[in-house]
Amino acid sequence: MMNASEREQSTRAVDFCGIELRHPVINASGTFDAIAARRVYGDALLEDFPFSAFVSKTITPEPRVGNEPQRIWETPAGMINSIGLPNKGLDSFLREDLPQLAELPVPLVVSVMGTSREEFSRLVTGVDEREEVAAFELNVSCPNVHSGLIVGEQPAETLVLLETLRPMTEKPLIVKLTPNVADPAAVAVAAVEGGADAVSLINTLKASAIDPLTGLPGVAAGHGGLSGPAVRPIAVAQVRAVAAAIEAPIVGMGGVSSGADAHELIAAGASLVAVGTESFRDPRAGQRVAEELSKLLPAD
Amino acid sequence: MTAPFGRRRCEVVGSRASGGYRVFSLLDTEGPSPAPGQFYMLATEAHWEQSGGRPFLPRALSVADTAGAGDGIQLDFLIEGIGPGTDRLCELEESEGVWVNGPLGNSFSTPAELHRFSNPPGGELDAVRSGPAGAILVGGGIGIAPLALLRRRFAERNVPTRVLLGFRDEAHSGGLEDLFSCCEVGLASEDGHVGHRGYVTDLLSAMLEGDDAQSAAVYACGPPAMLEAVRAMCAEREVPCELAMESPMACGYGACFGCAVPKPDGGYIRLCVDGPVIRLPAADAGASERGNRA
Repeated sequence: MMNASEREQSTRAVDFCGIELRHPVINASGTFDAIAARRVYGDALLEDFPFSAFVSKTITPEPRVGNEPQRIWETPAGMINSIGLPNKGLDSFLREDLPQLAELPVPLVVSVMGTSREEFSRLVTGVDEREEVAAFELNVSCPNVHSGLIVGEQPAETLVLLETLRPMTEKPLIVKLTPNVADPAAVAVAAVEGGADAVSLINTLKASAIDPLTGLPGVAAGHGGLSGPAVRPIAVAQVRAVAAAIEAPIVGMGGVSSGADAHELIAAGASLVAVGTESFRDPRAGQRVAEELSKLLPAD
Repeated sequence: MTAPFGRRRCEVVGSRASGGYRVFSLLDTEGPSPAPGQFYMLATEAHWEQSGGRPFLPRALSVADTAGAGDGIQLDFLIEGIGPGTDRLCELEESEGVWVNGPLGNSFSTPAELHRFSNPPGGELDAVRSGPAGAILVGGGIGIAPLALLRRRFAERNVPTRVLLGFRDEAHSGGLEDLFSCCEVGLASEDGHVGHRGYVTDLLSAMLEGDDAQSAAVYACGPPAMLEAVRAMCAEREVPCELAMESPMACGYGACFGCAVPKPDGGYIRLCVDGPVIRLPAADAGASERGNRA
């Protein structure tokens, strides 16, 4: 295992929205629970933390228990999940989890999701005063209770949401884009017009599988989100399309399991790359991807 | 003792048929010795994503036995090929590499600990708290694996232990000579090819009729219907009980939230970090183990 200074040399520092990161690889929200991982692996997790920033699991205003099992289903080179955003809710997150996440050796990004502009506003104002939080990621893959429309599928809804939240915080706002639209670039343009500092993509693709033994859907919710190497070419295409449409930086993700995969997303226009499903297979995947990536990027 | 952070390569040092199952052994030169009930996430180094792109995720396997070996420890796993991942693990040959993450999860308690949990000190059941009747281990099918290591640890601590194992039929049985050779085992099989014709829970039911049943502690691992039957029997007779459960699991260390198991009072636990050993009544024993993960 390398020590901290050797790790610095083996990877490459980057600036992202004014936040200094020791390499360009972070985690995808909801794919790494740093608090649970520290219970399992102890302080070795902090000494060898695999990501250059940590993105929290999505927080909602009130607690959620998540979806009924079965929640995951293995697919060719990937998996379907329908977890249902279990989380403690804003107040318990701020009281119990944030102090523990503040002990991580990297900047913290908090992912939030509301079902209305009012809920999003409550989340952003609640978290904004906490200095240990470097940035927000806005999970907009959820229906607005008033319109019934999924915010992130509608450029107009996305624009209004960002215009509402932008005056509430000076911290960077990253909008997590859904791939389940015909034109993700149009949503990205609206997000930036509304004041987003960056966008991240792709979220999971809507997917189903049928259990051959029962004839029923493999996940109890009937459908879920597909992730893993199977989705990577779609991520590359969507990152390219979004990069052609906006100047703001992009966090690219979708099936990254190696430095070569990360390099492909950077070539497509991403500034940072997030590792998600690969962390399930290898808890230290983020650091490995960062080390492999640094060998592929041209020297300064 | 925590698991080393990340996955590590371990070498296969043995693989052999064991009845209808197989036992394979890995040499682990980095990890701590596992406790009974703990599990590892395993994926072969070569040919894991085979034709059709599966298996993709690592597989969670309880450790069945462990022993000092060379400059590390040997980890023995009992396996039945029932899908692309377990089929691939059944093919393992000596000197192949396996990616290993673990040991993960919690472990079984001793009978004395279980009686302390269920009867606080000073209560009227104080006299039986130490669990003089010892442990009753109840295993079904491939679920006998973690009980083998538990039996070994109890023997080392001189905990009186009785073992009851059940199998569906001859093709779906194994591990006896390899993992339970040194002790007396009560056997049941649904097809009657060995032992009592019927369920292993028939044997447990008879054993719990004994006068000393209330001072016993039951440990079970097996299919959901068996676990539910064990849970109901123990609840009715007020015998403390721990169940090692199974749930589809992508990561094994709390990251994916896939292995949710319902709690009786609502909500879910993550079986990987809050289990896999559940002290009753803490979770629904009959929770589904449906899935395509094997």
